Amino acid sequence: MSSPLRREDVAHVAKLARLTLSEAQLDLFTEQLGQVLEHANDMNALDLADVVPTAHPFGLVNVVRDDDVRPSLDHDKVMAMAPDAQDGRFAVPRILGEAP
Amino acid sequence: MNSAEQIARDVQSGSMSATSVLEMSLDAIRARNDELNVFLYVDEQGALEAASSIDARVARGEHVGPLAGVPVALKDNLCQDGIPTTCSSRILEGWRPPYNATVVDRLLAAGAVPVGKTNLDEFAMGSSTENSAFGPTRNPLNPSRVPGGSSGGSAAAVAADMTPLALGSDTGGSIRQPAALCGLVGMKPTYGLVSRYGLIAFASSLDQIGPLTKSVTDAAMLLEAIAGHDAMDSTSLPEPAPSLVAHVNDGVAGKRIGLVRELVDGADEDVVASVQRAVEALREAGATIVELSVPEFRLGLSAYYLIAPAEASSNLARFDGVRYGLRVNEGDVTAMMEATRTAGFGEEVKRRIMLGTYALSAGYFDAYYGQALKVRTLTIDAFARAYQQADLLLGATTPSVAFEFGSKTSNPMAMYLSDVFTIPSNLSGEPAISVPFGTGEAGLPTGVQLLGPGRSEAQLFAAARVLEIANG
Repeated sequence: MSSPLRREDVAHVAKLARLTLSEAQLDLFTEQLGQVLEHANDMNALDLADVVPTAHPFGLVNVVRDDDVRPSLDHDKVMAMAPDAQDGRFAVPRILGEAP
Repeated sequence: MNSAEQIARDVQSGSMSATSVLEMSLDAIRARNDELNVFLYVDEQGALEAASSIDARVARGEHVGPLAGVPVALKDNLCQDGIPTTCSSRILEGWRPPYNATVVDRLLAAGAVPVGKTNLDEFAMGSSTENSAFGPTRNPLNPSRVPGGSSGGSAAAVAADMTPLALGSDTGGSIRQPAALCGLVGMKPTYGLVSRYGLIAFASSLDQIGPLTKSVTDAAMLLEAIAGHDAMDSTSLPEPAPSLVAHVNDGVAGKRIGLVRELVDGADEDVVASVQRAVEALREAGATIVELSVPEFRLGLSAYYLIAPAEASSNLARFDGVRYGLRVNEGDVTAMMEATRTAGFGEEVKRRIMLGTYALSAGYFDAYYGQALKVRTLTIDAFARAYQQADLLLGATTPSVAFEFGSKTSNPMAMYLSDVFTIPSNLSGEPAISVPFGTGEAGLPTGVQLLGPGRSEAQLFAAARVLEIANG
């Protein structure tokens, strides 16, 4: 069976995942990810139309705590680990484009 | 180094000081850490303070906890307040968590002495510890071989007598596989038994923290200390920690143990031979052996290598250079994030993020991720059927003994196959233990795996103890 994955798929996924891949990495990942997906084809041979999917081993239910005020992490301690901060907030490079 | 059981008894009675135990541990680390690359960080000062405090409390006649004075190693994906925590990734280099993982708080409350952070495959993705950004860990039993992974550093710490106890995390076998390759006991508990608060997430529906030790009793002591409900983890089971140590010598008389063909087929001859001898030992101890086939287990690998990367691609989206860790400044915020992630993540992490993003992307979601979730259901149902015929299941932990460095790094699929016997328990959320039994190629230890239904830890320890005694 030929690889179900094309090089342009890998390039697209890299963009979604915010990763820059070199030309050589694109080739390598196309081949290697293709192998994993090929292995996964053993699942596609099964008729699973009536099977309920499991996302979590014991089923998730919402857990809520009592609505009382508790201390949270120390603000200064958390901000001390930020790559860049300004006025007690996380600072990032420009988010919006220049005004036209 | 003595067992944790012995150390705790000696420290509690005052016949040995926690400080002197810690000195032995630190000496062992100094002697071999450069060669084996086990610890990424040793917190000498914090450990000395913890040990002195235990000694002072013993001197005052206070109760000091079940793990009093016992040095413990922490896999470096577990947060300890103020202590560098890297996940063996450049993207977290230099980061110091502002809080303790729940397991760290519970260890401290039990009197244990955390000595440092151990190497792992980056973000726990791997089966050999070769994927660490800070270099591979060597197997103390044979330094030309891998220690297994991803908890390879924690396994090596115990195998090299640096600490009697270590914590690892197991998403697809990352405690049990290195335990098998380093001749140790390693358990993945029932999902939710141990709080994941402060464990940096890889695949949240599969991850579970557990013990790596030299003896079954030590593993039971360590698990008992860290288990039990925690309000900080919404997936935490509701009940307090179960009684485990008290049941270690319960034996297996009258138990039905299922030897599962799919958990043995494909393993090397030496590994198969060890499983066969384990069957005999369990039978001699009064268990009935039932031969079972669970074909669904063969599908587990495919499902796992879509589910785990899918969850990882989501969990690792938080590493974007904004709030913590590495930032590579470049252009606007999107360019900064992409440059940061590209520089910060290693190749295997990128491979898994790519795979997971693909499996979750429009047009492929149903065919891959959706199908994998259904196979997960099949696996859970297959376990339930098997447990109608047997109380516990038995098989190999890994297909081979510890392998050579570089032997699987060029072929990810070959590396992924190292996890084929351990993955089913992660998919079902049920517990499993690897116990050293026999030796194989090059005199290296082979591991035998016992699997049980949810909350069967006490039974698993009891069966593992039977094998431990038979192994001599």
